Amino acid sequence: MSAKDTMIEFRDVHKYYGDYHALRGITGTIRPGEFFSLLGPSGCGKTTLLRTIAGFEDISSGAVLIDGRDMAAVPANKRPTNMVFQSYAIFPHLSVAQNVGFGLRKDPRSSAEKEKAVAEALEMVGLKGYGGRAAHALSGGQRQRVALARALILKPKVLLLDEPLSALDKKMREQMQVELIRLQRQVGITFILVTHDQEEALVMSDRIAVMFEGEIAQLAEPETLYRRPNSRKVADFIGTMNFLKAKVLEETDTAVEIDAQGFGRIHIERSQVMGGATAEGPTVGFRPETMTILYEGSPATDRESMATIEEVVYFGDMTYYDVRIDGTDHPVRISMRNVFGRPVLDIGTKARIGWSPGALVLFR
Amino acid sequence: MRFPAFKTYAIAYLLFLYAPIALLPLFAFNDSKVIAFPLSGFTTGWFSVMWEDQNLWTAAKNSLIISTTVACCATLLGLFAARASTRFKFAGMGGALGLIMLPLVLPEMIVAMAMLAVLLAIGMPLSIFTIILGHVLLCTPFAVAILTSAFQSLDRSLEEAAQDLGETPLSTFWLIILPLVMPGIISSLLICFTISLDEFIMAYFLGGNEPVLSTYIYGQFRFPARVPAIMALGTILVCLSITLLAIAEYFRRRGIAKSGGTDTGGFL
Repeated sequence: MSAKDTMIEFRDVHKYYGDYHALRGITGTIRPGEFFSLLGPSGCGKTTLLRTIAGFEDISSGAVLIDGRDMAAVPANKRPTNMVFQSYAIFPHLSVAQNVGFGLRKDPRSSAEKEKAVAEALEMVGLKGYGGRAAHALSGGQRQRVALARALILKPKVLLLDEPLSALDKKMREQMQVELIRLQRQVGITFILVTHDQEEALVMSDRIAVMFEGEIAQLAEPETLYRRPNSRKVADFIGTMNFLKAKVLEETDTAVEIDAQGFGRIHIERSQVMGGATAEGPTVGFRPETMTILYEGSPATDRESMATIEEVVYFGDMTYYDVRIDGTDHPVRISMRNVFGRPVLDIGTKARIGWSPGALVLFR
Repeated sequence: MRFPAFKTYAIAYLLFLYAPIALLPLFAFNDSKVIAFPLSGFTTGWFSVMWEDQNLWTAAKNSLIISTTVACCATLLGLFAARASTRFKFAGMGGALGLIMLPLVLPEMIVAMAMLAVLLAIGMPLSIFTIILGHVLLCTPFAVAILTSAFQSLDRSLEEAAQDLGETPLSTFWLIILPLVMPGIISSLLICFTISLDEFIMAYFLGGNEPVLSTYIYGQFRFPARVPAIMALGTILVCLSITLLAIAEYFRRRGIAKSGGTDTGGFL
């Protein structure tokens, strides 16, 4: 990858806190102008990694490069990055305008020009006319907007967002997700978001790095992560995935023949074969929406299996069925969009399940 | 209240605590040399007697120099200790803080005697300066306690945010940390000033021949005729103390409100 396609590069980054190995050899690149997410459970090192970019965390070995330049000797206040903190870190003794204009203190522009820049930044985040307000009197959502304006006014190469939406309620969070995406397209700056919310990461990101225990488990586009997770751990973390035991019968260069519990003999393409099996041995995985319950007159699918409905969870627009496919030892979850005129099935009903080998992933 | 006995007890307790202080202004304005009831008439004469006493002015000047210096030194030391203990974790921190806070619980008499012995041993003449040394020792724990609570209510990411926006650690301290802990600093200055102003034991042991307000007042009680003038002085000191403590508390609360924290109890 040439330097032009790389905004941030991690080269085998390690970080120790005493004996604790927080980052275990992070290698990867983040492209200019992309919305990149670091996703993982708490304690996986995602915030630590973000802070190594900002310069708040020294690394034990390896290198972090921003726009081709090694950042080892560059302190936080000289880096071309700005950060939106989880607590927003709004200076409580300053007004909104003073907060937003804080980073312009050493800017050589005249104070009238700076005032104009502050007003523009406030307008960009939807806080036009709030400049004179006291910062400590703002609501959570407003604080976040001030934090965004304060960071973006400096036109950084990279904007770092440390779980910026976690303190907001659900409605506000969804609204801010959309606004952040819009803002990122508008300014064209590289955004790096830290989140533990897989849905948030899928909605917002161009690419996602899933992290577990100080390592990047998978770095891919949202759709790849969702459809082709490279390990059971990633599959489990992102959305819901069902697993059934399988035996490998035959292997060729392009495909694998398996015998999966309840499904029988299946031909699986190499692109659907992943590592990352657990101690259980090989398993096939599939998402709830890749299976359908077949009604009278439903279009035919590649393959069919018989199953018994064990649990029904009605969600209004969707119904989740926990079904046990004949010949398996545990139920799997299937989601069906509710369509007018099609009844929700009862517990205990026998049903035909339609599926396609292309939607399966083999972990081995 | 279900038990009237407790209520009576509480009232009696408060009376015992504060009635003597209420007597100060009563006798300060009483037109009699004898401190006793019944009161004989209103006068402001004792205040002018007090006003013309040159020795009192010397003592007051000494006290003011001492208290101001002590307040500044103790607060500065407290600032360093509070910043270090809230921001960094280092070996021996608990022990160091414990030693700083120890004068709070040590009998003042012991500390004063020990200091006197050391000062005499190293041949340092007793003066205002030695009183200041003793008072700084005494006041620093208060400064540390007040300032630690001010620093603890600071969000660590405020500092990081300032540096992220281009400020150096030094300018961050100046632009962000100092303004936010300023209420704590003012509160510490005022409380240290008050403590030093009316401290007696240290001033008596370490002062040599330098009179300060507390030792001067004590000395005056040997002359019954001077007592009403002392009452007048006492009245002024009580008013001054209450004013200073009220200002200190105001700044402490304002500091908490500003940084958005919740009040965890103060001195008042």
